[in-house]
Amino acid sequence: MKPRPFDYVRPDTAEEAVALLADYGDEARILAGGQSLIPMLNLRLIDPAVLIDISRIAGLDVIADRGNFIEIGAAVTQNALMGWPDLKLKLPLLAAALPFVGHFQTRNKGTVCGSVAHADPSSEIPLTLAVCGGAVVLRGKRGERVLAADAFQQDMLTTAREPDELIAAVRFPVIEGKGVAFDEVARRHGDFAIIAVAAIADGRGEVTLGVGGMAGRPMLRSIVGDAAGAIAVWAGELEGYEDLHASAALRRDLLRNLGPRVVAEAIRCAA
Amino acid sequence: MRRVNKNERVRIALALNGRKLAAAAEPRTLLSDFIRQNLGSTGTHVGCEHGICGACTVLIDGVAARSCLTLAVQAEGREVKTVESLAAPDGTLNPLQAAFRANHALQCGFCTPGILMSFTDYLARNPHPSSAEIREVLSGHLCRCTGYAGIVKAVEEVASSAPAKAGKGDHASEAKHGGRGV
Ligand code: FES
Ligand code: FES
Repeated sequence: MKPRPFDYVRPDTAEEAVALLADYGDEARILAGGQSLIPMLNLRLIDPAVLIDISRIAGLDVIADRGNFIEIGAAVTQNALMGWPDLKLKLPLLAAALPFVGHFQTRNKGTVCGSVAHADPSSEIPLTLAVCGGAVVLRGKRGERVLAADAFQQDMLTTAREPDELIAAVRFPVIEGKGVAFDEVARRHGDFAIIAVAAIADGRGEVTLGVGGMAGRPMLRSIVGDAAGAIAVWAGELEGYEDLHASAALRRDLLRNLGPRVVAEAIRCAA
Repeated sequence: MRRVNKNERVRIALALNGRKLAAAAEPRTLLSDFIRQNLGSTGTHVGCEHGICGACTVLIDGVAARSCLTLAVQAEGREVKTVESLAAPDGTLNPLQAAFRANHALQCGFCTPGILMSFTDYLARNPHPSSAEIREVLSGHLCRCTGYAGIVKAVEEVASSAPAKAGKGDHASEAKHGGRGV
């Protein structure tokens, strides 16, 4: 349960980090909070040649209010975001989702961008980003590009990030005048969810519903009218998957039960 | 830019419980092992080494974190506090430790160092947590002995004797977001 040997580099600026990524490409892993990466290293599930530690880069440690969206830098921890005074007002869905992310102790180190980078199919932050229609800012030597959440996360632990690109920040659109709700089922609090469900109701009868844990990435559906009926059909279409924690049938069942409740809650909040 | 090549043993310096210490380690050395094996402070326990059990929790610059999910080199130059920092030099237990003893919040004591460090951080931020908030923080730890009730009681006792409304407040409302959104 100890990592294999690797080189360690701690750049002082984002430019240095990007230059290192250009040199090492997929031999390298970015280390920020380490709450997903170091367990994988300890269990020897991955074997990178070099770790690039970005956790001390000052410019990446910023939560910036850009008006229509909030930009969260790569070194911002989940607890730092939870302590951000405008969170509930501007990013209510994220405010509802964050308490489900790991534990107090892991949120102290774990970063928002790291969770997006890790791209676990049932994890809360990527789901929230997808449901909000957020985006990921990727920085490489060739420049910067901004990818919609939907285009970024492609499959289980697989994203559109090129090996020489740094996730510099994620952008969450500000949600105002809408109702939101989030809930999940996990074996124990703080575990990865079996099913996580997030909803945004626009107040005019339409609800954007997202689910994590049914496919390799968060899935979205627009719901109008009979939520229970629509979700039952959707659950059948998605099928779900089987792993150590739950069968595909249980996942479908959980979505059929939890989905309509979360939709109703979002509609109630919008009213 | 700090760079350490694999298999290279370099001097890593940090402050452990207020003392500036240094020892040689590789990049892959975990902070938990560094504290116990290189620096010789064995109060911090190691259970799972992948972030699940919480036994290895220490404070890094005042913030509770898994030392098994931190590389020693990442803690370079940082202020690390372990369970050894809690009691007075003459061995007198601090209020949290004394409450653990009084409320049977430990049996074998394997999980205890981590739990004490978690609540040292949490109570500094939120000195008057609800019992739900205490349980939420405790959910980041596994204890195979006590059934947790004594631990909750011990923390409640410390919280109820804390002076009214102090603390940094930055995360005081953290666990109150729980459940559904607004
Ligand atoms: S030993 Fe670190 S969490 Fe278990
Ligand atoms: S007291 Fe034995 S594990 Fe907690």
